[in-house]
Amino acid sequence: MSVIPSSSQSVSEAPKGIVRRYIFSTNHKVVGVQYFLLALIAVAIGIVLSLLMRFHVVWPGAHIPFLSGGIMTPEQYLALVTMHGTIMVFFVLTTAPQAGFGNYFLPLQIGAPEMAFPRLNMLSFWGTLVAFVVMLAAFLVPGGGPISGWTAYPPLSALGSISGPGEGLGQTMWIISIAIFCVASLLGAVTFIATTIDMRAPGMKLMRLPLTVWSWFVTAILILMAFSVLLAAGVLLLLDRSAGTSFFIPAGVVVNSQLQNHSGGSPLLWQHLFWFFGHPEVYIAILPGMGVVSHVLSNFSRKPVFGYRVMVFATCAIGFLGFTVWGHHMFISGMSPYSGFAFSLLTLAIGVPSAIKTFNWLGTIWGGKIQFTTAMLFALGFVSLFVTGGLSGLFLAQPALDMVLHATYYVVAHFHIIMAMAAIFGIFSATYFWFPKMFGRMLNERMGKLHFWVTFAGAYCIFMPMHFLGIEGAPRRYADFTGVNYLEPLAPLNHFVTIAAFVTGAAQLIFIFNFFWSLKYGRRASRNPWNSTTLEWTTDSPPPPDNFGGRSPEVYRGAYEFSVPGAPEDFIPQNLPPVKAVPAS
Amino acid sequence: MMVLIQSGFYPVAAWMIPLQPPAASTIAQGVDQLYLFLTAISVFFTVLIFGAIFYFMVKYRRRSEDEIPPATKDNLPLELTWTIIPSLICVGLFAWGSMLYVHNSRPPKSSMEIFVVGKQWMWHLQHTEGVREIDELHVPVGVPVKLTITSEDVIHDFYIPAFRVKKDAVPGRYSSIWFQATEVGTYHFYCAQYCGTNHSQMIGWVYVMSPNDYTAWLAASENTESMAQQGARLFDQYNCGACHLDNGTGRGPSLAGTFGKTQKLQNGESRLVDDAYIRQSIVNPNSILLPNYPPVMPTYQGQISEEQVLQLIAYVKSLGAEERTTNGK
Repeated sequence: MSVIPSSSQSVSEAPKGIVRRYIFSTNHKVVGVQYFLLALIAVAIGIVLSLLMRFHVVWPGAHIPFLSGGIMTPEQYLALVTMHGTIMVFFVLTTAPQAGFGNYFLPLQIGAPEMAFPRLNMLSFWGTLVAFVVMLAAFLVPGGGPISGWTAYPPLSALGSISGPGEGLGQTMWIISIAIFCVASLLGAVTFIATTIDMRAPGMKLMRLPLTVWSWFVTAILILMAFSVLLAAGVLLLLDRSAGTSFFIPAGVVVNSQLQNHSGGSPLLWQHLFWFFGHPEVYIAILPGMGVVSHVLSNFSRKPVFGYRVMVFATCAIGFLGFTVWGHHMFISGMSPYSGFAFSLLTLAIGVPSAIKTFNWLGTIWGGKIQFTTAMLFALGFVSLFVTGGLSGLFLAQPALDMVLHATYYVVAHFHIIMAMAAIFGIFSATYFWFPKMFGRMLNERMGKLHFWVTFAGAYCIFMPMHFLGIEGAPRRYADFTGVNYLEPLAPLNHFVTIAAFVTGAAQLIFIFNFFWSLKYGRRASRNPWNSTTLEWTTDSPPPPDNFGGRSPEVYRGAYEFSVPGAPEDFIPQNLPPVKAVPAS
Repeated sequence: MMVLIQSGFYPVAAWMIPLQPPAASTIAQGVDQLYLFLTAISVFFTVLIFGAIFYFMVKYRRRSEDEIPPATKDNLPLELTWTIIPSLICVGLFAWGSMLYVHNSRPPKSSMEIFVVGKQWMWHLQHTEGVREIDELHVPVGVPVKLTITSEDVIHDFYIPAFRVKKDAVPGRYSSIWFQATEVGTYHFYCAQYCGTNHSQMIGWVYVMSPNDYTAWLAASENTESMAQQGARLFDQYNCGACHLDNGTGRGPSLAGTFGKTQKLQNGESRLVDDAYIRQSIVNPNSILLPNYPPVMPTYQGQISEEQVLQLIAYVKSLGAEERTTNGK
């Protein structure tokens, strides 16, 4: 590894002026906070959209104020479905855990003063913001928001407004937004990879990296490979829509009694390309959470991470296997049944490193002295959700069962628990853990614990019943269930889910209040309020613009030296030199 | 708390709603067994892990500020245990699931065929006897049925929960499922692949009838022409026989006896003459040229509907070798 000599380290002061300092800043901490705030706005919008959906599912005929016409049309519901999925997957689950916390803490944890390519990094955020604005604007264009779903399967998404009202300009803007998002993410990923490889402080060997850094590093590689494919697929889809090409549209498609002037394309090609992105995207959302959880469990059990090396290998294995299983989204697509075998086996194989991780987390808290901080509770909640969501994945990995469960609410329940809820719990754990470092004040723990318990119960109350809806056969993306009388006995379950969703959504106001209240009135945070070992806790809270005040920390030990026998305290910071044995003279 | 929340749901939900749709096909039984086994595994691991978390949370909670936990070393046997056991479970599940998958994807040779075309937002179904239905499917009980599924616009999906089968209807491709109904009754089918505004209206009923009732139902239909006969009429209407002479001397190849054979193409490839092959020959003839025949056939894309293509295929299928002499004009 190459090491930046401490003499060449930038000791530059923060730029003067509010614009250069807080808005168009190349400082990784500012970019990290910007990403975090963007995700916060996006998740608020995403939650409101989902609550509207849940409301419509249960009370389809209800009058909704501020809605043109008063009663929700199928198009409006489907636009909500599409936009909720897109905003949550791209602008929350991809940005907050990786680009948000990763930006802020990756350089701090490896002892670097800055990201490797600060300007690319800044551009990455601004690109993402532009993508977000374009995405929201798609709601307002003539014809309404896009209604192809977040997976945008062609030919539906490729034919233009003839296949539905939102399939016109709204869908075009959806694709453009995703393409910009891809480019921005690629810039960020390159920065993360280069920084991790090149900017580590002296002594920060790979096997001394905190597991958070390992997760961000592997995730950045996943982003680099997955989003480049999605970018290509998005461009091809745009060409099909606007330049008359036929990458995804086969010959002889007749829509609305009109023959489409396309031939030779394959709708399955899109599915292959999309899921080659889409499956790794699940790990892009959740790997950073796994890193945070390993970190937090260790910290608040006062114990080293159990099987650190195995955890690193499991992270890499999950990342690698994540690229080989996209076909399990296509068991029922009509692709060759033989490929189903390979995808099924590889998907089940991911269960092995996932099981290793879970048991190693148990090993970490086993025999510890557990402190139930809010961050710790969210980390334990993450483990719970990861197990629940992972086990339902075993069902979907079976082509014979997927034949029943695919495209039902079972799948909705599965991926919300594993990808959305678990990842969000990782984000919350990280927020409660690092808020003191980022803003110099402690979050209120009492409000935090209330927030945890309501959210934890809410997550299960919303998504466990959806499994039963799915087993019973309720298909997803139905704007209207009134035509399906045999699903009528499920109506109470749907009511329960909707009420749970509103309660859980409201509980997030506790977090928002806590966040802004603590910014101003929270207890002042010391340098190292959690008695942690990693480098970010050896500098001020919040850290100075160049992170370590002009000096470059030296690293002498691994990331998780808790409760070392004979040590004066129950933690040893990574930059503490080994005590030389006093020669007996 | 966590254990309670998770394990509490099952009995509560079981009391409130039926847990699964009725199992009304021979496939359903095998699927449900695997499903129940996986549920048992899931419950076992959930209880194990949540129990451990809960136990550790109580037992190892910190009681005072200055407590120091004893050091734990890496424990190789333990780590190998929780690597090897999940691996074995994974391989076992794969073996079981694969056998089921093979069985469920291979229609028996004796299956009766029904053809399904999805379009925004309805299902068109045709029986080989020529009867056509919209959003309804009549089948006899106890007989294996193969559905050949396609779409004429966007992707749809034909899903019968009670039979535990589902497959996408993809434009330009034929996919298939099969089932053998075990109980007389009516069951829902849905479109399960999102297909636009009225996706939720693409639903219908499967009527499973006793064989006698089914025969009576077929006979009561006004339709007297089989799919092959309808195809023959189309064949004449579009004057296909002008080139596709039966003795092979026409501008196009003879079609008699070709179905199910392997055909050598101009580019050297060999292809099985199946439904997809014939469809491609009609819709995009120049993409599937035979040696010694010039590329003169026009495309019939847009002139013939997907249902008519299926009728033509039925006709070609019916042209067995023995008809070579009788059908000549």
